[in-house]
Amino acid sequence: MLYIFYMIFPRNLLNSVYVSGRRFNSTLVVAEHSDNCLSKITLNAITAANKIGSDISVLVTGSDVKKIAEDASKINGVKKVLVADDPKLKNQLPEAVADVVVAAHKQNNYTSILAGASSFSRGIIPRVGGILDVSPISEIIEVHSADTFTRPTYAGNALAKVKSKAPVKLITVRGGAFEAAPNTGGSGAIEEAPKAEIKDHGTTFVSKEIVKSDRPELTSAKIVVSGGRGFKSKENFELVYKFADALNAGVGASRAAVDAGFCPNDLQVGQTGKIVNPSLYICCGISGAIQHVAGMKDSKVIVAINTDKEAPIFQIADYGLVADVFKAIPEFIDEVKKSK
Amino acid sequence: MRILVGVKNVIDYAVKVRVKPDKSGVIKDNVPHIMNPFCDIALEEAVKLKEAKKVKEITVMSLGTDKSNTILRTAMAKGADKGILVQIDQATNEKLEPIHVAKALAAIVKRDKYDCVLLGKQAIDDDCNQTGQLLAGMLNWPQATFANKVEAKDGSIDVVCEIDGGLQTVNVKVPAVITADLRLNTPRYATLPNIMKAKKKPLETIKPSDLGISLENQTEVLEVSEPPTRSAGEIVPDVKTLVGKLKEKGLIE
Repeated sequence: MLYIFYMIFPRNLLNSVYVSGRRFNSTLVVAEHSDNCLSKITLNAITAANKIGSDISVLVTGSDVKKIAEDASKINGVKKVLVADDPKLKNQLPEAVADVVVAAHKQNNYTSILAGASSFSRGIIPRVGGILDVSPISEIIEVHSADTFTRPTYAGNALAKVKSKAPVKLITVRGGAFEAAPNTGGSGAIEEAPKAEIKDHGTTFVSKEIVKSDRPELTSAKIVVSGGRGFKSKENFELVYKFADALNAGVGASRAAVDAGFCPNDLQVGQTGKIVNPSLYICCGISGAIQHVAGMKDSKVIVAINTDKEAPIFQIADYGLVADVFKAIPEFIDEVKKSK
Repeated sequence: MRILVGVKNVIDYAVKVRVKPDKSGVIKDNVPHIMNPFCDIALEEAVKLKEAKKVKEITVMSLGTDKSNTILRTAMAKGADKGILVQIDQATNEKLEPIHVAKALAAIVKRDKYDCVLLGKQAIDDDCNQTGQLLAGMLNWPQATFANKVEAKDGSIDVVCEIDGGLQTVNVKVPAVITADLRLNTPRYATLPNIMKAKKKPLETIKPSDLGISLENQTEVLEVSEPPTRSAGEIVPDVKTLVGKLKEKGLIE
């Protein structure tokens, strides 16, 4: 039926039909998962999809993904789960996953295709755009209607409200901006995804090194403790981990700390790293450059500990403590332990 | 191997941008502009590959107004052999979308035949993070995004990519699209003699119509606004007070 519409109406007219008549909306959410576990950011993306309209399908790609598909079918609001289970999808390379997304779209003519904004989906959603000649919308933080969204630009210093005229909205969703959809209560039908011809794109997976940690994952942690240049060395940076463990917090870092080799890259919070919005964000020895602030300014409460009372971080911190981190952190840990 | 590098002219990252009172965009006049830092990193990697004799020639391109000539000359001073400016007017430039840049790059690739396109992972103005992937999709080329390390082999390139939680290594057969992450390298400065030499390097100026591409907009910016501001809170005198306040609010146990 949608196909006939495409033949009769010009695209922009068709879009206005979509906006006024919600029943035409159908959304595909590309699921992200690892180690037999659905990523939380997919649940955030489903909440954004719910705001766009009804009829949500979730696409699960990979090899041996039966359990993931079952988990996805239980998410509140999910009507259908499409499963593409293929050894060729084992490492979920963006080239192969994009082909599956395109095949699903060609069969079902979605009005929007969403995924949580992560390194996984950033590889896939724009590639699908290149194949379909569609301009994607990156990292939305608000849904106004089926075609109008708000997204941050200039490291979060300007918010752009944009209207997409694209025949299908290709969207990545900033996880922290939307609550996670409940992962119970749903009863989506599980179906096989439309057959896609997964070509050899010339990309070979070689290896993956995931930094193993028992600490809460940075982007979903309730508390984040972040360290910066003020720690002066990798050895000293251990104090940040100690502090985080005392509070059961995730660990973050400024670019300066990463560049100086104090900690691994994937801890970087900021415009070019991770965007976090925990209940409590504690910056230690971080000055508060624009690029760092872009990654944490939506935290509910910000605490800054810094020796420099002129540091820009104090202009946005709810609580500031002008002190040496090497003295203040151990004291903080003691104070917390005392009351336990 | 011949490499094409895309570069974008953006507001300097050190500048605090201001939104125009009519909410149509941000103020760009009389604001210092630079080559997007990620483009600079992509270019540096191309130059390093050339120095390692893995690459014969580097072409640098920009889609923008004639103001982009400055960054194209800078790119040539840093080691690019020639430049292409796909020239558009100011009004078109204001509404530019990554897909337009990807179309221009794809058309140049088809016209001049490159083995690799190196781009930055994102521009620090629109923060889109799309162009490289759009281009790879258009050309049906392999893509390696957020490159942290690049090693050229015979007919293929090993790329270590930054992913959430760690690193992933892929091998892409050329032709391929690679986008550079922050940690790939540290860009060099252009030296004065090289800046002088760059003035003599060829810089071709063409129009989108010469490439047979249309820059029709798919996205309309309705309004640009300031984000809600956070105000400074209070300075606490000591750790004890700080912990007390956080406990009071139920933020820590």
